Amino acid sequence: MSVVIILIIIGIIVAGGFLAGFIWAVKSGQYDDTYSPAVRMLFDDSKEKTENTPVSSDDSESKTK
Amino acid sequence: MFDEQPFCCHGCKTVFQILNEKKLDKYYDIQPMSGIKVERTDAGDKYEYLDNEEILADLLDFSDGGISKIKLFVPGIHCASCIWLLENLYTLNTGILQSFVNFPKKTINITFKDQEVSLREIVELLASIHYAPEITLDQLDKQEGTNHEKDLLIKIGIAGFSLLNVMLYNFPEYLPGGDQLEEVFVKVFGWMSFILALPVVFYSAADYYLSAFKGLKHKIINIDLPITLGIFTLFAQSTYDILSGSGIGYLDSLVGLVFFLLIGKWYQGMTYQALSFERDYKSYFPVAVSKTDGAKTESVPIKNLLVGDRIVIRNHELIPCDAKLLKGKANIDYSFVTGESMPVNKKTGEIIFAGGRQAGSSIELEIIKTVEQSYLTQLWNQDNNKKDTSTKLNSAINKISEYFTAIILLIAFGSGLYWLIFDSRLAIYAFTSVLIIACPCALALTVPFTFGSTLRVFGRKGFYLKNTDIIEHLYKTNHIVFDKTGTLTINSKVKTQFKGDTLSEEEKRIIKSVCSHSSHPLSIAIANSIKNTQLKETHNFLEIPAMGISANVDGKKVNIGSRKFILGKEETETSSTNVYVLIHDKVVGHYKIENVYREGLQDVINNFKKKYKLYLLSGDNDSEKDNLTKIFGKNAKLLFNQSPTDKKEFIKQINNNEANHVLMIGDGLNDAGALMESEVGLTVADDIFSFSPACEGIIESSKFKNLYEFVNFTKVSMKIIKISFLISFLYNAVGIFIAVQGILSPIVAAILMPLSSISVVAFATLSIKIISKRELS
Repeated sequence: MSVVIILIIIGIIVAGGFLAGFIWAVKSGQYDDTYSPAVRMLFDDSKEKTENTPVSSDDSESKTK
Repeated sequence: MFDEQPFCCHGCKTVFQILNEKKLDKYYDIQPMSGIKVERTDAGDKYEYLDNEEILADLLDFSDGGISKIKLFVPGIHCASCIWLLENLYTLNTGILQSFVNFPKKTINITFKDQEVSLREIVELLASIHYAPEITLDQLDKQEGTNHEKDLLIKIGIAGFSLLNVMLYNFPEYLPGGDQLEEVFVKVFGWMSFILALPVVFYSAADYYLSAFKGLKHKIINIDLPITLGIFTLFAQSTYDILSGSGIGYLDSLVGLVFFLLIGKWYQGMTYQALSFERDYKSYFPVAVSKTDGAKTESVPIKNLLVGDRIVIRNHELIPCDAKLLKGKANIDYSFVTGESMPVNKKTGEIIFAGGRQAGSSIELEIIKTVEQSYLTQLWNQDNNKKDTSTKLNSAINKISEYFTAIILLIAFGSGLYWLIFDSRLAIYAFTSVLIIACPCALALTVPFTFGSTLRVFGRKGFYLKNTDIIEHLYKTNHIVFDKTGTLTINSKVKTQFKGDTLSEEEKRIIKSVCSHSSHPLSIAIANSIKNTQLKETHNFLEIPAMGISANVDGKKVNIGSRKFILGKEETETSSTNVYVLIHDKVVGHYKIENVYREGLQDVINNFKKKYKLYLLSGDNDSEKDNLTKIFGKNAKLLFNQSPTDKKEFIKQINNNEANHVLMIGDGLNDAGALMESEVGLTVADDIFSFSPACEGIIESSKFKNLYEFVNFTKVSMKIIKISFLISFLYNAVGIFIAVQGILSPIVAAILMPLSSISVVAFATLSIKIISKRELS
């Protein structure tokens, strides 16, 4: 019996973690735009190879966060 | 077109140019972005106002320590290449730290060092790579959208989380022998479910209680009332079961129900983020104009303009308020305000109304009314008497839910009373069972999913509605009012026909050469109609407002213009616009210029004619009356010379009869009042992201020919809703049959309730999908 109880507690903690993650994602605006990140991901890849720009976008991105 | 390949937008073209040149350039990695072609289009003083501190402060989202942030609406964002180009802005100007595109909203967030680059430079840069941002007055009164959508997502997340866990705890109950579960487990599972259900009942589902309460306050029984009743009974019954230790309750059904309902709400709430249906004059007007005091000119925000101020309006600039002409040749294009495509000439001292666009050289005006008090702004602002459509919303479902609620309550009390007499132990249980099982979840999901799917299908076909309620309004319409110019006709296109002696190639070239010097729409139309490309040299070009143009070509005098200008007689022909041509003292003939009607217009009207009462309201003269009578038939009412106010009053008149539901189709600001007054206002737009007056829906002008199919499809949607209602009633009947006998178990509820919801949702969405494929081309 105790095993089931422990499993249930672990289950709720794990699921709760995901819920917290989801709420954070919503609140930080990750669902505002579901199109451009998918495209942007592809750009970043080629950028690394072909460009050595003065301000890399990764830097500025972390600045604004 | 570039390299003989078509491109969807300038962004793609620029990107192609970059990539194309890189391929040829071996050393591309030494100098990145070497190939970019930034066309230095001279924006002139167009964006001068962005240097004004006050405007700047209003526009910037954030500015501190040399770093500023701004969000700009760029209607030109079109495809993935646009994102790439716009997010690489920092390579074009080192002052820009980062640019971040939000594709659905078509906005770009730019972070920049304000000491290195000014906002004006950024905007000019954007304009030069063909992504001119739209900076309008309503951006200044900044109002971020509410976080309603985020709230809903969080509510769904919580409901989903609870649903999965509660289902896990209730799972033993679903299996045979589940009733032999150990006492401890029943207790633990019960309490866990109870705790998990709390946020769902009191947070996720809170909107339904509020809506039910609001409905009751207005003495309307809406669909949310039986839902609220169901949720409360479920919760009370389950709490009792858990507290008394008699069972684990129906919390899985309860949480599932709320989860499905919220999903339905989310599905229905899909909107077109980049489209704006609620624009008023503020989004049409510029942010600033040039004010002058005789010696120097400066940009001032138009809200700071006072009566008596003098302003300078340049070519293609908009006149923001009613004003008196002081200096210059005013040639005002009111096409967006009145629908009239020909510019109007004004003499010094005449009053010019707001909303027109100057075509030609700069003019100086003295303001006689502030922006808010100008004639047209007043007209657009009379929206306070806009019918409160929200009370009529979802009338079909609300009517049903009225009866539904009454019948359910009757059955519940009836069965309770019955068992009170025969077996009093079952009385309360039977009563609550009926309320639980009758909870109209499936019923409530029908409308969001059917209309939600319809909205999506329409959107894919180029017909954008503000929200799902419009579909029902569209279904009810029986009177259709069309605007003429820009709606039935194509603004940018005219049909030119030459009447008179056959023109020689030489003469055609002369005419084209002269006409191409003028920016008057008629000159452009004539110049475009002549295919010959070689232009001749012209001398002494002269444009006489309201008359015509004149020039010397090859030593011959050429006059092109109105009948009065060429022949000295007043125009007698009213059915078309005529432009006379005189070459070397000889009148060679005249060009007849007519409107071009939209493709498929005749079919659209023919289809509508059978079932709807049709009207036409035109701001123009009745020159096209014969043509239009042919198209519309004898039963339609055609009215000409209608001012914006006339149009609005006309719709009001039709509305006086309760049984009349008006669909108005227009395009410009001159229809704004009428669009607002009608039950459904549709705007025909060449570019759906550019400015359109406040309306309920926008249709791409190329899809105008399918308008009838769209309107007709709403009938299909309503039919599907009715069938779905029937299905959910059947489920309810089965459920109630079990419930009144007092034998409803949690497992039956847990199966029956989701099953009914899912089958109704599947039926609604699938049938819309299948039928739309057949009905909508």
